[in-house]
Amino acid sequence: MAPKPKSPSGKKKASAGKKRQKQILPVTEEEEPVNMESMGHPEIYPLVLTTKTQEIFNCRIDEDVTDEQPHKLIKKQDILEDLHNRAAVSDFHPVKKLVQEYPGDELLLVYDKDFKYGLNFYLIGTEEGKENYLNPPEVPEEQEEYKEYIPEEVYAYKPPVSKPWVSLGSEKEIEEESVKGSTKQITYMISRKRSEFGAPIKFHDQNASSVKDAYIECTAYPDHIFTLKQLEKDVGMQVVPKMNDTSTQTRWTYPKNAATQYYPREFSEEEKESLEQSKTLSDFLNNVSISVEIALQQNEITNTFVDDWKYLAEEESTFGDKTDTHLKEYQSFTDLHSPTEKMITCVSWHPTIYGLIVVSVAVRLSFEDRVHFSDKLLLQPSLILFWSFSDPIHPQLMLESPEDIFCFQFCPSDPNIIAGGCINGQVVMWDITAHADRIENIKAGGSRSKKVTLKPMFLLEPDSNKEAMYIRHCAVSSIENGHKKVITDIHWLSDHFEINRMGFVFENRSGICCQLVTCSADCTICFWDIRPQKPLTPQPIEKKKEESIEIPFDVPSTFLHLDLSWKPLSKIKLSKGETSLDHCPTKISLNEDHILYKTQDKVLAQSKAMKAGEVNPYHNLEGGMGNHLKPIDDFCTKFFVGTEEGEVIYTDWKMERDPETGRLMTKKPVSLYTVHDGAVHTVQRSPFYNDIILTIGGWNVAIWKENVMVLSVNYYFEREVKHLEYVEQRKLIREQEKKEMELETEQKKVKTYHKSKEQMEAELKMDYENYLELERTILISLGLIKVSEKISYMDL
Amino acid sequence: MVVNAEGIPIRTTLDNSTTVQYAGLLHQLTMKARSTVRDIDPQNDLTFLRIRSKKHEIMVAPDKEYLLIVIQNPCE
Repeated sequence: MAPKPKSPSGKKKASAGKKRQKQILPVTEEEEPVNMESMGHPEIYPLVLTTKTQEIFNCRIDEDVTDEQPHKLIKKQDILEDLHNRAAVSDFHPVKKLVQEYPGDELLLVYDKDFKYGLNFYLIGTEEGKENYLNPPEVPEEQEEYKEYIPEEVYAYKPPVSKPWVSLGSEKEIEEESVKGSTKQITYMISRKRSEFGAPIKFHDQNASSVKDAYIECTAYPDHIFTLKQLEKDVGMQVVPKMNDTSTQTRWTYPKNAATQYYPREFSEEEKESLEQSKTLSDFLNNVSISVEIALQQNEITNTFVDDWKYLAEEESTFGDKTDTHLKEYQSFTDLHSPTEKMITCVSWHPTIYGLIVVSVAVRLSFEDRVHFSDKLLLQPSLILFWSFSDPIHPQLMLESPEDIFCFQFCPSDPNIIAGGCINGQVVMWDITAHADRIENIKAGGSRSKKVTLKPMFLLEPDSNKEAMYIRHCAVSSIENGHKKVITDIHWLSDHFEINRMGFVFENRSGICCQLVTCSADCTICFWDIRPQKPLTPQPIEKKKEESIEIPFDVPSTFLHLDLSWKPLSKIKLSKGETSLDHCPTKISLNEDHILYKTQDKVLAQSKAMKAGEVNPYHNLEGGMGNHLKPIDDFCTKFFVGTEEGEVIYTDWKMERDPETGRLMTKKPVSLYTVHDGAVHTVQRSPFYNDIILTIGGWNVAIWKENVMVLSVNYYFEREVKHLEYVEQRKLIREQEKKEMELETEQKKVKTYHKSKEQMEAELKMDYENYLELERTILISLGLIKVSEKISYMDL
Repeated sequence: MVVNAEGIPIRTTLDNSTTVQYAGLLHQLTMKARSTVRDIDPQNDLTFLRIRSKKHEIMVAPDKEYLLIVIQNPCE
C-alpha cells in the first residue's frame, strides 16, 4: 500500500488517513518540517541530533540507540522542554510544530543508521506510524523492502482497513437462489457381521406359494376411475371365401358304348297258322273290325283337322301382299265411236259370263243443255256397252235405247234379258239371246285382239266377231203411264213370288223372274210385270195391235206385247204425309226371302218349266197370274228405300183400300230415318245375312238390321266413319289454318297489298274444288263410287 | 297287322322290319294308354287308339289278347 502523498503543508496535523510523514528537522514556528514526503513517507521527519541532545534524551548513538533498537520513545514534554530551554539551538527546532501538534504523549525517534532519510535520526510524526513501527516490525520491513522495488519511492505499506459491510440487497438474491435442504436428512446405518460378507452363494428353487410373502402379486382389478370406453375401433377385415380343397376317391362310371344285338321274337310259320285258326282271333277280329271301319270311313269322308281360316287367309295374302292398299286401274275401256263426253251411269258384271262387264253410258249434260241439244241427242244413240277384258277398245255389244239409260239390271233367271231405266222414266227391255253366242266366245278372240290393235282403229273388220253390233231394244214402257222422271233404280223381283196390283204376294209358278220394281225421281215406285196382262177389255188390245209399230226384223219379238204399252203393275207413291213434298227415292233394296221351297223341288220346277217349253220361257209368257192362287200372307212385303234427302225408309208395298174413297192407297212407311247428310247412293243387302242392310249416303255409312231399326253397329260404324271424316276434316282445317297463317305472314310482309274480291272468290272456289276432290277420293277409297264420276241426279 | 298280347306280330301286310318295329312300339304305347285310362277311372277301358301324324294315321284296336293295327293315309 502506497501511502497517499500528502500535501507539503504537512505541518498541519494529519487527520485520520494514511498519511505518514516523518519530520525530524526541528521546526520553528515559521518553518515547516521537511518530511520525507517525497520519499513516500509523509510521517517521517528526518532529524539531526547533536551529541548534546543525544545525551539529554538518552539517545546516544551506540549506547541507547543501537541497531537492534533504533527507536526510542521520547516524551513530548521533554521535547518541549528542550525546545524551551534551547530554543533555536535545540535539534528539535525544525519539528517543533510537529511535536506541539503531536496528539500522543510519546513520539518515536528512530536512529537512521544508514541515513536512509538523509539524516541520522528521524521522527515519526504520527501515532499511527508509531504504532506501525513498533508493532509489526516485519511488515514495515517488508514494506520497506517492497518499497524499494517501487521505483525510488518508499511507501510504508498500510494494510487496508476493513470497513463495515453495507447491505445493498444482494443477500436477498442469494437467499432466494440458494437451495437448502428443507428437511433433515435421515441417516441410516446398516451393519452386518463382517463374516457374512463375501460368502459363496447357493440358489435353490422354491415354490412361490409355499413361502409367505415370497411372492407378491398385484392382481389386476378394474379400476373404475380409469375405465375408458373405446367408442370407435378401426378394424380391418378381409372377406375371403372359404375355400376348401377336398378330394375323395370315387368310383367313376364312364360311358361305354354298348350295343346289344337282338332279333325280335317272331312266331314261326306253324305257330302263326295255328294262331290264325284259333277262334279267339276270329272273334277279336269281328269285334274290332267294325270300329276300325268306322274310323277309316271317317277319315275318308272329312278331313276334320282342316283349318278353314288358314285356307281363307292364304288366298287373301297371296292377293293382297304384293299389291298396295290403293286401287289400281286394272283396265280401261274407251269407246272410240262416241264423239262427245259420256259418263257412265251404271256398271254391272254379266251374271254368267266371266270377264264381261256391262256399262251404260249417258251424255254428260245438264238439264238445260239437254233441252237445248235434244235434237242432236236424238241422233246419238244412248248405249249400253258390253266390254270384254280381252278387247279394251271395241265393245262387244252395244245396246241401243231411245234415251239415256240410268240404270239397268240383268234378269236373274235369264242373263239375256236386260231391263233398263231411262232418263225420261221409261223402262226399256232388251233381249240379246240371238247374240248370246257372240259374247260367250269372246275369250277365243283374245289372240286376235292383239292384231287388232296394230291396225288402225277406224277400219272395221268385215269379221262379224269384231263388229260391234247395235242391238235395238225390244220394248219400252209407255210414256204416259210410267215414271215421269228419271228412273233411279231398277230391280228384278225374285222369281219365287209375284205381286198383284194390290201388292199381295203370290207364288210364282213360272219359275222365272217376271216382275220388276223401279223407283224414280218422281217419288214413285212402280212394279212392272213383263208378262202380257189380261186385258180388261178386249178393245184396247185390238187397238194396240192395230197400232203396232213396225219393228225392225232383227229385233226379237219377246216383249212385243209390252212395247210402248207397258204399264206398271202398281205404283207406290212415297209421300211425306202432311207436307206436299214427297220422298224422292234413289235406291231400293228388297227382301230376298225365299218361300219355303225345297231346293230340289225348285230345281225340278224350273227344269220342268224349261222342258215344257223347250224354248226360253220368256218367249212364251203366259198372261196374268192365276187368280186362283192364294196370296201368301206371311211374306215380308217391306223393303228399304233410300231417298235423295238422305233418308232411309222402310215401307210396305201392299196397298190398302182407303175406306173413304175406295181407292187403293199406299200404306204409310213403317219407319223413316234421316241418317245421311246427302243423297243415299246405295242400299244393299249383306250377302251373308239377309236382314242386314247397308246404306251409304252423304258423309256416312249406316248399317241396319231389318226388324231392329237402330243397331249399335250402325252407330259404331258411323262413329268410325265420322271419326275418319273428322280426321280428314281436321286435316283440311289444319291446312286451311296453315294457309291462313301463311296469308297473315304474307300480309304482314306486304301490308299495302290487299286481295281483290275476285281473288278471294277464286281462292274459295279452289278450296271448294279441293273439297270436292277430297270427297271423291274418300268415296273411291271406300269403294262405293264407281270408277268414273257420277253426277248427282239433281243436276239433271 | 295283327299283333298278339306280347307284341309279336301274327299277320301283317307290311314288310317284316316295319311290322316288327310298329308292333313293338305300338304295343307298349297301347299298354301305357290303357293303364292311363284305367288309372283315371278304374271302370273304364281303352277301346280305340288313334294317332294322327303329318303323314298318316295309325289306328289301334286293342283287345284282351290281340291288337289290330291299321295305318292309313289321310284323305287330303
